[in-house]
Amino acid sequence: MYTSIDPSTTKKDTMLLTAFTLVVLTMPLWLAPLGAGYPDLLQKFAIFGIFAVGYNILFGLTGYLSFGHAAFLGVGSYTAVWTFKLLSMNAIPAVILAMIFAGIFAAVIGFFSLRRTGIYFSILTLAFAQMSYNMAYSVLTPITNGETGLRVLQEDPRVLDKLFGVEAQGSPVSSIFGIQMSGYSGFYFCAVMLIIGFYISLKIFRSPFGMKLQAIKSNQTRMEYTGYNPKPYLLTAFVISGMYAGLAGSLMAVTDPLAGAERMQWTASGEVILMTILGGVGTLFGPLLGAGIIKYFENIFSAFNEASLHEVFAFLPDWLENIVVTLTHPFVGEGWHLTLGVLFMLVIIFLPGGIMEGGRRIQAKFSKKAATAKE
Amino acid sequence: MADNVLHIEGVNKTFGGLQALGDINLNIEEGKTHAIIGPNGAGKSTLLNVCIGRLFPDSGTVNFDGKNITGKQPHEINQMGMVRVFQTPEIFPELSLLQNLMIPAFAKRDGAFKLNIFKSLRNEKAIEEEATKILWDFGMADQRNNHAGSLSRGDKRRLELGMCLIQHPRLLLLDEPTAGMARHDTNRTIELLKEIKETGMTKIIIEHDMHVVFSLADHISVLAQGRIIVDGLPEEIKGHPKVREAYLGNAEI
Amino acid sequence: MDTILLQLLNGLDKGGAYALIALGLTLVFGTLGVVNFAHGALFMLGAFIAVSVQKLLTISAKVRDESITFFEAYKETPYLELWWGDTGTMIIDMAVPISIIVAIPIMLLIGLIMERGLIRHFYKRDHADQILVTFGLAIVLQEIVKALYGANPIPTPAPDIVSGSAQIGTFLGLSENLVYPWWRLIYLGFSLSIIAAVFAFLHMTTFGMVVRAGMHNREMVGLLGINIEKRFTIIFGLAAVVAGLAGVMYTPILPPDYHIGMDFLVLSFVVVVVGGMGSLGGAVAAGFLLGILQSFASMNEIKSLIPGIDQIIIYLVAVVILLVRPRGLMGKD
Repeated sequence: MYTSIDPSTTKKDTMLLTAFTLVVLTMPLWLAPLGAGYPDLLQKFAIFGIFAVGYNILFGLTGYLSFGHAAFLGVGSYTAVWTFKLLSMNAIPAVILAMIFAGIFAAVIGFFSLRRTGIYFSILTLAFAQMSYNMAYSVLTPITNGETGLRVLQEDPRVLDKLFGVEAQGSPVSSIFGIQMSGYSGFYFCAVMLIIGFYISLKIFRSPFGMKLQAIKSNQTRMEYTGYNPKPYLLTAFVISGMYAGLAGSLMAVTDPLAGAERMQWTASGEVILMTILGGVGTLFGPLLGAGIIKYFENIFSAFNEASLHEVFAFLPDWLENIVVTLTHPFVGEGWHLTLGVLFMLVIIFLPGGIMEGGRRIQAKFSKKAATAKE
Repeated sequence: MADNVLHIEGVNKTFGGLQALGDINLNIEEGKTHAIIGPNGAGKSTLLNVCIGRLFPDSGTVNFDGKNITGKQPHEINQMGMVRVFQTPEIFPELSLLQNLMIPAFAKRDGAFKLNIFKSLRNEKAIEEEATKILWDFGMADQRNNHAGSLSRGDKRRLELGMCLIQHPRLLLLDEPTAGMARHDTNRTIELLKEIKETGMTKIIIEHDMHVVFSLADHISVLAQGRIIVDGLPEEIKGHPKVREAYLGNAEI
Repeated sequence: MDTILLQLLNGLDKGGAYALIALGLTLVFGTLGVVNFAHGALFMLGAFIAVSVQKLLTISAKVRDESITFFEAYKETPYLELWWGDTGTMIIDMAVPISIIVAIPIMLLIGLIMERGLIRHFYKRDHADQILVTFGLAIVLQEIVKALYGANPIPTPAPDIVSGSAQIGTFLGLSENLVYPWWRLIYLGFSLSIIAAVFAFLHMTTFGMVVRAGMHNREMVGLLGINIEKRFTIIFGLAAVVAGLAGVMYTPILPPDYHIGMDFLVLSFVVVVVGGMGSLGGAVAAGFLLGILQSFASMNEIKSLIPGIDQIIIYLVAVVILLVRPRGLMGKD
C-alpha cells in the first residue's frame, strides 16, 4: 500500500503520468462503447475524480476520517457562481477563487477539528459540515439563495466582462476565451484539471512530506517523540484536500452554473468516502477508480425501471422472469443507493483495501501459480 | 553545571494523591551511562516521562543542556536532542524499515515542520544512504523494503534503537531495552549498547536485569517509592543495605 | 413565564428521544467498543414497526357505503371494524401502543442478528472501519424502508383519548393558553421510565454491574466472563430495543420517513460526544440539555437576536464542548 522509493520509479512516474494523461483525454473514445462517452457523464467522472483524489490525500495518507468535505465542495460551488455573477463568466477566476475560499474555510474548520483525533475528529467535522449546511438553508439565504439554489442571471453586474465589453447573450454560460464550457469542451477543461490534480497528488505521495503523513497515520505518538509537530502537517493535508473539494465544486458550477445547498449535506461526504474506499484508500489510482465506477454504475442503474428489467430478462421463462425482476427491482432506478450501500458494506467487510487490494491479491495468486509451475 | 547534560531539580509528581515522584534531584554527566533502578512502581517510568515531556511535573524543573525544558512539548524536547526508546517498541509498523529510519533522519534535518511537498524522495539520497548504513550496521539491510510490522519483537526494538541513533542524540533514554528478550538477544543488545557507549553518547537506562545494568552503567541511582534512596558508582550500589531493603533481599544484588 | 415553561416542555420530549438513542449508543460503545452509525436506523425501524402495525390493522375491504343512496358507492372499511364493530375501531385506534408490544421482540431479534451477523466481526477493527461499515448498513436499511414504504412521511396518529392537549396552564394556576399535547407528555414520561429501567437494570442486577465495571475500565470487560460474547449480544439487543421503542413512540409526534434515523443519528452522536463518550449519565443529561437548548433557540425572540441560531445551536455547543472539555460533560479521563 505504501509507496516505495526505489530509484527506478523516476522513469515509471513519468510514464505513469503520460499514460494517465492519454487515458483521461481519450475517455470520450474508449468509454463510448460502454455507453458512457457523453459529456455529462464524462464531466462527472473528472469532477468526482478530483474530489476523491483530494480526499485521499487526507484520509489515505493520514488516516483522519472527515465527514465534512461536502462543505468544501459547496463553498467551491457558491464561490464559483458568485464569481460568475460579480466578475466574469470566464471559468479561470471562478476556479481559482473557489479554491482559495475553500482553502480558507478548510483552514478554519481544520484548525478546530484537528485539535482532536479519531472518532472525535470525525464528529467535529460532521458537526461543522451540518452547521454549514443548515446555515446555507437558513441565515445565509442572501448568499446561497436557500432552497432555490444560486443561479447566474443575465442582469448580474459581471464587472470584468463589462470592462472588456463581453456581453452575455441569453442565459449566461461559463467560458474560457470564447470557448463555452459545456459539452465536450467542458469535459476537457475538467480533464485538464484532473490531470493537474493527479500530478500534484503523485508529487505529494512521492515527497518527504507525503511519507511523513503516512508515518503520522502509522504511529502518531512515535512521530511526536521523533521531533515532529503533527498538527501543521495534518492541517496542511486537510487544507489541500479541502482545496481539491473546492475545485471539484467550482467545476460543477463551471459546467452547469448553479449551486445548491444539498451539495453540502453530509451524505455527500459519505459518497466521496465510499469512492475512496471502494477504489483503495491510500493508493494513487484507487480513489479515481472508485469515483469512476460509482458514477458509471449510478448512471446505468438509475436508468433502469421495471419495464427495462423485463426486457433484460426476457430470455428467461415467464415465471422466472417475474421473480428475477421482482428481486432486482429494488436495486435499480430509485434504489441505486441500496446497491451502493450493499456494495460499500461488502467492500469494507471483505476487502478493506478496495479494488486495488483485490487486484494485488489476484496478481499474487497468479504469480504464485506461475512460480510453482516453473518448479 | 555545564558538564551536566541533564539536571533535574526538586521534581514532584502526584497522581490523585499518590506521590509518584518526591523531590527528585538528579544530574546526568556528559558522556556517562546513568542507570536508574528500583522495584516495580518506584516511579522510574514516570521520571522518564517527565524528562521527555509526556508528563509535566507538579513542581521542580528539568534542565537540559543548561536550558529549562519543563512544560515543553515532546517534539520540542526531541529537537533539542533528547531521544527515547520505549518499553514496548514504538515504530511505524506499516512503513518499510528504510522509511522507518528515514523519518527520524528527516526530523533531524527538517525540524518539527517543513513543507517539502514538491521535493521528490528520489532527491533525498543523503538521507537514504544514512538510513541504509544503519540497516547494514544492524544486519537488517536485506529487509530494507519489508514492513516493519513483520519484524520479530527483538528486531523491532533494535529498529527503534536505530531510529534513535540516526538522530545522533545528545541524550538517549532507554526504557528497559532488554525486557522480554531472550538471553541471546539480551547479550546482542548489551554488545550494541557497549559500542554506542564508546562513541561517548550520554545515556539514561532503566533496567530490571542487573546483569545489563552492571555491564553498562557508570553511575546508578536507586529509586524507591518515588524517591532516590541511593546514588553512586556501581560498586557502591552493590550490596548497599538500603538497596537490599528496597528490593526486599533480592539475591541478584 | 408561560413561554419559558412551554419551551422547556417542548425541549424535554425531543431531548427524551435524543437521550434514548444516545443511551444505546453509549452502552454499545462503552462495552463493545463499537461506534455504531446504524443506531439511528434502529430508531427508524422502530418507527416503521408502528407504521406497519397500523397498516396491518387497517387492511380494508370494499363495502357498500350505505350513507349514499343515490348511486352505488363503496368505501374502504377495515376488516377489524367489519368483524368487531366498535371494538375493532378501538383496536385500530390503539395502533401505536400495540406497536410497542410488537416492537420489543422484533427489535431484539434485529439487534441480535445485527450483532451476530456484522458487528461482532468488527470488535477488533479500528473505529474508522466500524463507522464505515455501520454507515453502509444504515444506508442499506433506510433504502429498504424507502423501497417498501416510499419516500413520504407516513402519519401515524396517537390514540384518540390522548390526541388532545393537556391544560397545563389551568392545572398549575397559570395562563389558560398554556396547553401541551398529551402525547408529548406521555413521550416524556415514557422516555424517563425507559431510562430509569435501563439504569435499574445496570445497577441492580449482577449482569448490569459487570457491564458498568466494564464500561468504567475497558480492560475489565474481560470480567464479563466466559460468556462474554453472549453478553455483548444481549447488550446490543437491549440498545436496539431502546432505540426501537424510542422510534415507535415518536411516530405520533413526527410522521416518520426513511431518513428520520439519519437525522436523529447525527444529532445523537453529537449528544453522546457532548455528554462524554462512554458516560451513560452524561448521554442522558446531554440529551435533555440539548433538546431544551434547541427548543429555546427556536423561540422567535431569540431567533431575531441571533438569526439562524436554532439551526446550529446543537453543533455549536458540541464544537465548544469538544474543544474546551474534550471528554465531554461527564466523561472520565
